[in-house]
Amino acid sequence: MLDHNASLRPKAGAFDDERVIKLAVLAVGGQGGGVLADWITDVAERNGYVAQSTSVAGVAQRTGATIYYVEMARDTGRLPVFALSPSQGDVDILIAAELMEAGRAIMRGFVTPDRTTLITSSHRIAAVSEKIEPGDGRASSEKVHATAQAASKRLIAFDMEKIAADNGSMISASLLGALAGSDALPFTRESYEQAIGAGGRGVKASLAAFGAACDRALGVAAGPSGEKASAKPAASEAGPAAGVRGPETLLRGWRELAARVEALPAPVRDMAGRGLKKVVDYQDIAYGGEYLDRLGKAVALDTAEHGYALSIAAAKHLANAMCYDDMIRVSDLKTRSTRDRRVRKEVGVREGSILQVTEYFHPRIEEFCGTLPAGLGSYIESRPKLAAFLDRRINHGRRIRTDSFVGFGMLWFIGGLRRWRRGMLRHRVEKAHLERWYDLALGQARENYALGTEILNCRRLIKGYSDTHVRAQSKFDRVLSALPMLKGRDDAADWIRRLREAALKDEKGDMLDGALKTVATLGHGPA
Amino acid sequence: MAERSFAKEVEKLRLGAGEEFAGEGILAITKALLQCGVGYVGGYQGAPISHLMDVLADAQDILGELGVHFEASASEATATAMLAASVHYPIRGAATFKSTVGTNVASDALANLASGGVTGGALIIVGEDYGEGSSIMQERSHAFAMKSQVWLLDPRPNLPSIVKAVEDGFELSEVSNTPVMLQVRIRCCHVHGHFTAKDNKRPPMTVADALSAPRRDTGRIVLPPASFLHEKEKVAKRWPAAVDFIRSRKINEIFGSDHGSIGIVMQGGMYNSVIRALQRLGLADTYGDTDVPLYVLNAVYPLVDDEFLTFCEGKQAVLVVEEGQPNYIEQAFAAMLHKAGRGTRLVGKEYLPMAGEYTGQVMLDGIGSFLRAEAPHLLPGEVRAPNKMGDGVDTADLVHVVPGRPPGFCIGCPERPIFAATKLVEQELGKHHIASDIGCHLFSIMPPFELGATTMGYGLGPASASAFNSPDAKRRSISFVGDGGFWHNGLTSSVGNAVFNKNDGVIVIVDNFYSAATGGQDILSSRASNKTKSTKHPITEAVKGMGVKWLRHIDRTYDVGKMQETLREALTTEEKGPKVIVASSECMLNRQRRERPVIDKAIKGGERVVKPKFGVDEDICTGDHACMRLSGCPSLSVKSLDDPLRDDPVASIDQNCVGCGNCGEVADAAVLCPSFYRADVVHNPTGWDRFLERARRAVIDLLQRRRENRRLVFADA
Repeated sequence: MLDHNASLRPKAGAFDDERVIKLAVLAVGGQGGGVLADWITDVAERNGYVAQSTSVAGVAQRTGATIYYVEMARDTGRLPVFALSPSQGDVDILIAAELMEAGRAIMRGFVTPDRTTLITSSHRIAAVSEKIEPGDGRASSEKVHATAQAASKRLIAFDMEKIAADNGSMISASLLGALAGSDALPFTRESYEQAIGAGGRGVKASLAAFGAACDRALGVAAGPSGEKASAKPAASEAGPAAGVRGPETLLRGWRELAARVEALPAPVRDMAGRGLKKVVDYQDIAYGGEYLDRLGKAVALDTAEHGYALSIAAAKHLANAMCYDDMIRVSDLKTRSTRDRRVRKEVGVREGSILQVTEYFHPRIEEFCGTLPAGLGSYIESRPKLAAFLDRRINHGRRIRTDSFVGFGMLWFIGGLRRWRRGMLRHRVEKAHLERWYDLALGQARENYALGTEILNCRRLIKGYSDTHVRAQSKFDRVLSALPMLKGRDDAADWIRRLREAALKDEKGDMLDGALKTVATLGHGPA
Repeated sequence: MAERSFAKEVEKLRLGAGEEFAGEGILAITKALLQCGVGYVGGYQGAPISHLMDVLADAQDILGELGVHFEASASEATATAMLAASVHYPIRGAATFKSTVGTNVASDALANLASGGVTGGALIIVGEDYGEGSSIMQERSHAFAMKSQVWLLDPRPNLPSIVKAVEDGFELSEVSNTPVMLQVRIRCCHVHGHFTAKDNKRPPMTVADALSAPRRDTGRIVLPPASFLHEKEKVAKRWPAAVDFIRSRKINEIFGSDHGSIGIVMQGGMYNSVIRALQRLGLADTYGDTDVPLYVLNAVYPLVDDEFLTFCEGKQAVLVVEEGQPNYIEQAFAAMLHKAGRGTRLVGKEYLPMAGEYTGQVMLDGIGSFLRAEAPHLLPGEVRAPNKMGDGVDTADLVHVVPGRPPGFCIGCPERPIFAATKLVEQELGKHHIASDIGCHLFSIMPPFELGATTMGYGLGPASASAFNSPDAKRRSISFVGDGGFWHNGLTSSVGNAVFNKNDGVIVIVDNFYSAATGGQDILSSRASNKTKSTKHPITEAVKGMGVKWLRHIDRTYDVGKMQETLREALTTEEKGPKVIVASSECMLNRQRRERPVIDKAIKGGERVVKPKFGVDEDICTGDHACMRLSGCPSLSVKSLDDPLRDDPVASIDQNCVGCGNCGEVADAAVLCPSFYRADVVHNPTGWDRFLERARRAVIDLLQRRRENRRLVFADA
């Protein structure tokens, strides 16, 4: 072999002065990643750098994960050779416009502990796959946070979307602010601001969002003590007695109920207080009494040994079961003054503008019968021809304007039917269902505490309206149908939990059916 | 009106000699065309060259000043056929489209053009949609160049090189009487960079000049006996002329040391990634200076035998960096070495993957292992024998955490309700065979809709369902085609075919007023007035003209109930022949871009404006997410309530909602739940509005107070 060693010398040393800085932006289509990349390029050029930016435009921009890439180097008069896409282990700064996109960057190897400054907004934009699960399909942000901490040289993470929204701007501005505040690039804050100013549109808002994020990043960068202040939900209100107003007679009744909650074992009180509030708000004081009577049965079986898990589950799910969604409930909620205020706040109705609200209703014969006196309701339901005849008249989409006399008046009237609710068909059906479920749970709890608790938790499956509600009921029934198969097994509770989780995974319950088949193969006897 | 306006940027096209141009690759190509005295340009949009079409459309004033004709072609075949203007006349012409899909469509015209040959330079700029971000099948344009014997340029991905390639391309075309394809990869099209401009040139002969002095030459027409002569001419005259040009003009470049035991040959488009790999291996500096001999093929077809053999002289091993498969270049070089009896070992796909994009990591691994095997002495010690790559962070866990995020329908997209209705109809009538097409509507194949079994090409949705036409069938097929695909090819290949063959299926034409997926370009049926193009030709008229008898037009796709009803009717009617539903509503992205400034101005100007937005009553929503399984709208998402009584997150609509109505319509049509509401804000209300509002508020407040005074009211309820 010819000796070419002399001529083919490695050039590793050449990087020191003329180092190429590599920066990638991962965003969700529509977040303005292109604007951000343009700003960064502009800032670099303003500071005597040559910069190159690239992106993959096209359909990925339609709400999908997109990537923008910028390389820059000090301008020495010669043009560097820049790459057109980021490489694993070769990125200095990674900006993620959403938390899971930071996760994706880490997975793709664009974040490495030896060199990468990871700047990510900590907010979430749920992907379609996360949204369509009947349960909670959302990915774990904690896991991504933890990995991000370990995978990056430096992590700057806070809610940049919120900063942008608070300042009436887009996240691209707050991301740029975080980049400036991170000091990961050798450029002054002023040069970033000049780049924004040169953009021409929405400059004031962009600068405000930029500034707020920059300051925040500087604070974070100053020391690890500035940990993200994750706003923990305030530990419930000061007991069930607080924040209630109304006629004295009712308040007296309420205080009696509240006193009963205070008499419960301490771990149960918070949930029972919330549940009580919900059922009283739903119906009346007496209904609250019924709730506490029912809850009392669970508490009587319970001990501190299990941390009162059974009673807490009962407190929660009894409240939900007793507050089933019927026409009265919906009408009541939609005609309250608090609701009116919330909508105004959400929509952002400014002084001088008028708000008009249209509700989408689609009542069916079932809802109609449910709101009739039990006798009459079941009379109609047991006559299919009559029911079908009435359904043809009732079963239509109805748009109701709750800002108008007639629309509001109608719903207000239906909401007022509350006082006759106990005599209605729906109430009778719901009550029977509740009692069957509750008795079953408490019965099982006597033999197998955990199983009883899990049966209570299965109430979570029941939700939705009309067809969705029917499917939910069916899932609930299918999960509990495993009970005979699980009889006598120590892990019965665990299986019920697994079945319930499977049932929350998809719409029709295909996963649940699969899990049920597994249960069927378990065989009886000691596990 | 296209999604992105280049009205400001096109001013850069006026730059004169010596001035510095700064901007995107696409714009640089347009500038290069004008500098070359192009006489006419045309093309069909599609990533990554959509913006090239948009730039041209926005630059029509400048083109007009120079006497350059611009054509927004009906398809890639049209664009390529247009190059016929360069067959007899010495006019330079350029066509552009997405490849390989566009090249597929163009290949009939391309083959005819290539057979007869050209007099004026004919340049086809193909935007290569390959690798990450691509939306099409992964194939190579190279095969088209080989089969029709047109030349293929693949310049290094920087602005000066691309601009030079345009100039070289026209000259090459003219000296060899052959059309030339110029390949630009997806990132290169969007790369931001600089080059020194030249003056624009008026075409020496314009299309107007040609029309006033027509020419013909039977020898250039593809019909025997001329066609047989064309084939011989290709190899005897045109090929050698091309090779001579490429060699003498040094189109291909050689970098690095002129001696060495190894070398790397690459497509021009791969140059930057090869240099990056060498930089990371410690063998090149920031500016690409390296001692490793590099042979950069800015012209990848035809190859220049002696140039390559000279490069290989004295080398033990040469690596060919050729992205995609089959590895035509590697095979050709291997044959050259073999025939020349050379001992240089040629490697390529041994070190680099046969298929898939050559990303930074792939390149680093491939070139690294080539050098480790063939020339380890070149490598610094830490590269030759690296310590264990200690990244130390286990990210395997994240695979199960981070959700996929494929592209989908935009906020307020008018196509969403069409598929929501289809899903609802399927719940009623059972599953159907559904044929999809190319366009935004293809997002229906993904969650939450999961509708559609195949996609066979632009405008070919209904054509791809044509076999499913049987008198024994109990169910009909449903096929979708967009308005873009309809005008591109669908009118004849899909609708005409269905009429002629008495197909009994249902055809849904998704009409969103633009070629939306490619960036909102105008088409025949666009509703907007276009200064230079003829629009407002209804699809329904064309369909009727084709002979369709059962035709329904839905002029507001958001009416899910009506859409559902119409589909049900189409699937169940006794009537024979194709059942065509034209579902029309404007692309929301474009509509917002058009309307938002107008509305904002109206509000500021004190006009009465009603702005809708949707919302969810969180205490009524039970967190079942049935609505999201019929939507997938980015604006409709899940949110946790600060309430321990509630396990599952509830639906929530964010500030980006445009009030399209899908949520409410779906909730109604699917009988979901009453938690959605539409909030219309009346800006600048009239006196009557305010009077009515005051009266209503008075009554509502009274009723609310009456009830709330008689019950317990909880602070947080």
